[in-house]
Amino acid sequence: MTPRMYEVVARRDDLPDTVTLTLAPVDEQCPTPAIGQFNMLWAFGIGEAPISLAGFENGHLIHTIRRVGAVTNSLAASTTGDQIGVRGPYGTGWDLTRAAGRDVLVVAGGLGLAPVRPIITELFANRSSYGRAVLLVGARTPDALLYRDELEQWRGRLDIEVEVTVDSATPSWRGDVGVVTRLVERAPIDPENTTAFVCGPEVMMRFAAVSVVDRGVPAAEVMLSLERNMHCAIGHCGHCQLGPEFICKDGPVVPWPRVKPLLRVAER
Amino acid sequence: MEGLNTVGLVEVLTLDGLDDVVRVLRDQGRKVIGPIVRDGVITHDEFDSVSELPHGWTEDQDGGRYRLVPTGTDEVFGFSSPSTSWKRYLYPERTLLIRARRDNGTVEVVQPQPDAPAVAFFGIRSCDLVALGILDRVFLDREATDPTYAARRSDVFIVAAACNRPGKTCFCASMDTGPTPRSGFDLSVRELHGDGRHEFLVEAGSERGTELLATIASRRATTADLDTAQALHGRAAASMGRRMDPQDPPLAALDPDHPRWDDVANRCLACGNCTMVCPTCFCNATEDSTNLTGTEAERWRVWDSCFSIDFSHLHGGSVRSTVKSRYRQWLLHKLVTWHDQFDVSGCVGCGRCITWCPVGIDLTAEITALATPQQSAGRKGVPS
Repeated sequence: MTPRMYEVVARRDDLPDTVTLTLAPVDEQCPTPAIGQFNMLWAFGIGEAPISLAGFENGHLIHTIRRVGAVTNSLAASTTGDQIGVRGPYGTGWDLTRAAGRDVLVVAGGLGLAPVRPIITELFANRSSYGRAVLLVGARTPDALLYRDELEQWRGRLDIEVEVTVDSATPSWRGDVGVVTRLVERAPIDPENTTAFVCGPEVMMRFAAVSVVDRGVPAAEVMLSLERNMHCAIGHCGHCQLGPEFICKDGPVVPWPRVKPLLRVAER
Repeated sequence: MEGLNTVGLVEVLTLDGLDDVVRVLRDQGRKVIGPIVRDGVITHDEFDSVSELPHGWTEDQDGGRYRLVPTGTDEVFGFSSPSTSWKRYLYPERTLLIRARRDNGTVEVVQPQPDAPAVAFFGIRSCDLVALGILDRVFLDREATDPTYAARRSDVFIVAAACNRPGKTCFCASMDTGPTPRSGFDLSVRELHGDGRHEFLVEAGSERGTELLATIASRRATTADLDTAQALHGRAAASMGRRMDPQDPPLAALDPDHPRWDDVANRCLACGNCTMVCPTCFCNATEDSTNLTGTEAERWRVWDSCFSIDFSHLHGGSVRSTVKSRYRQWLLHKLVTWHDQFDVSGCVGCGRCITWCPVGIDLTAEITALATPQQSAGRKGVPS
């Protein structure tokens, strides 16, 4: 429960309320994270928040943080040279081994693009290990698109299909308009031979998972990354429970069939 | 006597002999903690001699009701389930996690050594003893051991006390957790009282318990003593005020959409009393603070309750914003998902949540009602 100190070595303002921080260990570093895991980031004297890893490069942690409360406001106000406490990594990761040789379908909504970003990095790093790669991204508006530069760069590649949709467009928008599930319907995948990774707002994930399964992807091959209140991240504080699951250690990445009946119940 | 499955010594002590046990434990440098009368209730605290125990007191407990009542005898253990559980001695209400200092932007973090005084639990009931074993599964998890709990738990000397007078809110017999301690103790005491007799049958459950007992002036237990103890056990088990059969109804099949959840939500104040008095409720929150200049910070772990609206807070609101959903979380966790998580029920049948509920909500009654199928509303407008 003792954080290790990291220093902010780079800061990027992604959106008016969202920043990406690159953190380097001041002294001892945390164990190497698996993709899909999260860290507890500590703002001195303010508190901790669970933040998924948007990347891990040369021992540096990359975290994308949206300002939604006291802790994330403080973290997001950090500038180069500031120190942040890190505990982690915690939780289950995206299991890319099960996707080996299969088509990979990644569905992200809003800030949910951050936790799936390491999947895209892995796909490009070992591109021949996987079949077709499809990334479907939804956002409220074109201005709310996370990692827009990277999305445009990925969209220019010939080894991944990237589709982006927004709930409401601006005149300059040339992409889709509508919910992300509509992109699922026409995604160029071989459904039975596809593993899907889904991250976004919970309601979006439920609809997305249903539409992915409707396309013919086996339900057990659909992975979700869930979000719950967390204080300890080691199964002691009880806050993150969803039925029998401690989302901090049994999740955040869970197979859809395991949580489907739990998410069906309002306020479970 | 039920519980004689160990090979330990079984002796009969007088009240003075029992006091000698306390004296020896104190001589070992232990704080001896036991039941005492304070502020109109039986609670637990450090004591020096058995004369401070609740001689002649029992409790009248029922839904939302607790009164101390004289027994008219000089029984020491004539009560049932004291107002507080023992968890705070292993898992304190507040625990300092880290202390940190910031100087010119550089942060130094210190993790304090766990504060773990040598203690003895004297007179712990079977239900509460089983509860400690349940907390062990949470805090002594191999992958995530809590240092404070582990340090405090490792050396506790446990003197258990069998119940002779269960209360109206007790149901340990139906939960198979009492009324007589079976394991997990160093010594276990059963008070033998009546017909001019006042003695204590003491069974050793560990090597150090046997060693301690051997130093106390006592006599070897006779078959008649064991028969008396067995009869007291039978009488206590048969006089539980409540019952809950963990198998019938099959709790795993409880309907999360059952209309009874709305009914209980209309009575529940979401005060969290039940979680505070529960011997197994373990949820906690982490709190940060700084000094006025912002150079020093502390993180504390404090008991928390799933009945608070903040408990499930996420940006945009709480997952469980209604009292209905919070009561359901508590009950389903305690009785159902606890099995999935820890291979055991989270309920030991101590009845405190019934007694200390300001409106007398009785989980045994709620379970009975919830087990009766009724048409439920379900969740509209979302795929299932």
